[in-house]
Amino acid sequence: MTVRQACFCLGILLGDGGVARADDGITFVSQGGSYQAAQTQAILDPVARQLGISIDQDSAPDAWAEIRTQTATGKAFWDVVDMPAKDCARGGARGMIAPLDYAAIPNARDLPDDYKTPYSVAYEFYSSVLAYNTDKYGTAPPHDWADFWDVKKFPGTRALRDNPLATIEAALLADGVPPDRLYPLDLDRAFRKLEQIKPYITVWWTSGAQAAQLLADGEVDMEMAWSNRVSAVQHEGAPVGFTWNQGLLQYTSLCILKVSPHIATATRFVDAAIGRRVQADLTRYTDNGPGNPRAYEIGAIAPARMRDLPNTPDNARLQALISTEWWSSPAGDEAMRRWLTFVQH
Amino acid sequence: MAAAPSRPLRAEALLAASLLTPALLLVALLLLVPLLWLVWQSVRQDGGFTLAHYARLFTDPAYGATFLQTFRISAIVTLACVVLGFPVAWAAAESGPTLRTLILALVVLPLWTSVLVRAYAWIIVLQRTGLVNSALEALGVIHRPVILVNNEFGTIVATTHILMPFVVLPLYTTIRTIPREVLAAAASLGGTPAFVFTRVYLPLSLPGLLSGASLVCVLSLGFYITPELLGGGRTYTVSMLIARNIALYDEWGAASSVSVALLACIFLIFFLAGRIVPIDRIVGTR
Repeated sequence: MTVRQACFCLGILLGDGGVARADDGITFVSQGGSYQAAQTQAILDPVARQLGISIDQDSAPDAWAEIRTQTATGKAFWDVVDMPAKDCARGGARGMIAPLDYAAIPNARDLPDDYKTPYSVAYEFYSSVLAYNTDKYGTAPPHDWADFWDVKKFPGTRALRDNPLATIEAALLADGVPPDRLYPLDLDRAFRKLEQIKPYITVWWTSGAQAAQLLADGEVDMEMAWSNRVSAVQHEGAPVGFTWNQGLLQYTSLCILKVSPHIATATRFVDAAIGRRVQADLTRYTDNGPGNPRAYEIGAIAPARMRDLPNTPDNARLQALISTEWWSSPAGDEAMRRWLTFVQH
Repeated sequence: MAAAPSRPLRAEALLAASLLTPALLLVALLLLVPLLWLVWQSVRQDGGFTLAHYARLFTDPAYGATFLQTFRISAIVTLACVVLGFPVAWAAAESGPTLRTLILALVVLPLWTSVLVRAYAWIIVLQRTGLVNSALEALGVIHRPVILVNNEFGTIVATTHILMPFVVLPLYTTIRTIPREVLAAAASLGGTPAFVFTRVYLPLSLPGLLSGASLVCVLSLGFYITPELLGGGRTYTVSMLIARNIALYDEWGAASSVSVALLACIFLIFFLAGRIVPIDRIVGTR
């Protein structure tokens, strides 16, 4: 009996629940919290009205394992997922994510090519930036990854993310690799550099909320953290600063589950959700940047607000864009495998 | 072989069996099937049979280190629970009804608080700007904050706190059943208090001690929340390895083999503990 058959039998035994939904509705999945609440106001509710569809919501900080399960059972509870572009791409390669019908997504023409894969379009931007405690470093804070690695000039506790994505890039930048020459990533060189800083890392964080808390509580003096999380604790008055310099720009993407029974509606949703207007509105509720760069051009975002957003032309110039293509390639998988050995040693 | 049971007896057995069927089916469906599937997954790769996932446990140093760290934490937590829990159980068993109720309530109450809440509370208590560091600095004991959390130490403290009731309660029950006369007899025959404790009191409380200790040992081997939240990413336990393999590294075969290996270790611990104290006493059915 195959897994699929086993799950099918289980489904019959337990009754067919959950998927009864009108055909003009989809289930949208993001990462929860204030981030998803912002999307509800700026994008999900307006798009639902505009298209005349209903949008159910679910949230999963790590959607990958769940999508794999839904694919294996052939039973989709989700239709559209907001997750790292890398996961969309590797999901596509494994038949878990449906290829996008770009003819039905005219808004995708606003996006440059490196924001798109056959399976996903960029949805929103954030950045892995160097953040620090302003009480600790005063007027001479660290301003690039070489400073982060310089434990003599900048004593203090440090944190990095327990994940190679962006961390590898930061190590190479610290080692002097120019931002435009990062890819393909030199893993040997990056891990050598990481071994140097490893004894000085107090925490390897696993969630954005944890990273923000570490900085706000003064548990660490400097760390790599997501820009929108850092600015959130800044707004709360924590003595925290960060620099866009050598930030690592990342975006999450929208993609559609291959087993989704609502692919046509889901495609219409994806198109509407990356429209300039709703994308610009997103920045009214979060410090995430729009996935559609043309959102900056319609005059809906105040110039003063631009400073806080990761991918405005001015801020993007200081940063490097993480390569989805590289991270979803076999070399990216290799980096993941080596990471486990690196952190556990 | 016994004679065939009489008709009414057999009917009764049949009735009992049919009454048990739903429960047995539920156990088979929800426990055995997933477990067998887990074992199946651990020997599969690309549609064929493989032992590669098990070989990795021995060849990849990260896996060995993870198991080692998990067992070390488990051993320390178990020891700490026993050493700290024994006096509590003793005090509860030996004191009057009011004090006993109070002690037992203090032991049991935290069990009703979410593990997550208790883990976060420990972060607040132990962090650099936390209660312990502030107090020690104010008293002049230390001049710079000590790192008490986001490491193995913080993990052990919180895990010990969370698992302590599992030692105290069985130990308390066992101590309560020690006949006072035996202790009086030992003392009247000239045994010093230390002698009475080590030769009479301790052996008689051993079943409770062992059942509590093996429970804590097994539970701590599979603990996930405290190492994840308080380990600072430098404390990797087997449960985290399983979670990472599924969510991050997309290695379900590896996750399955690690789960099966951990399960085997747990069976081994129960088996060894069962050699000393019968298993039904450990799980509390007797």
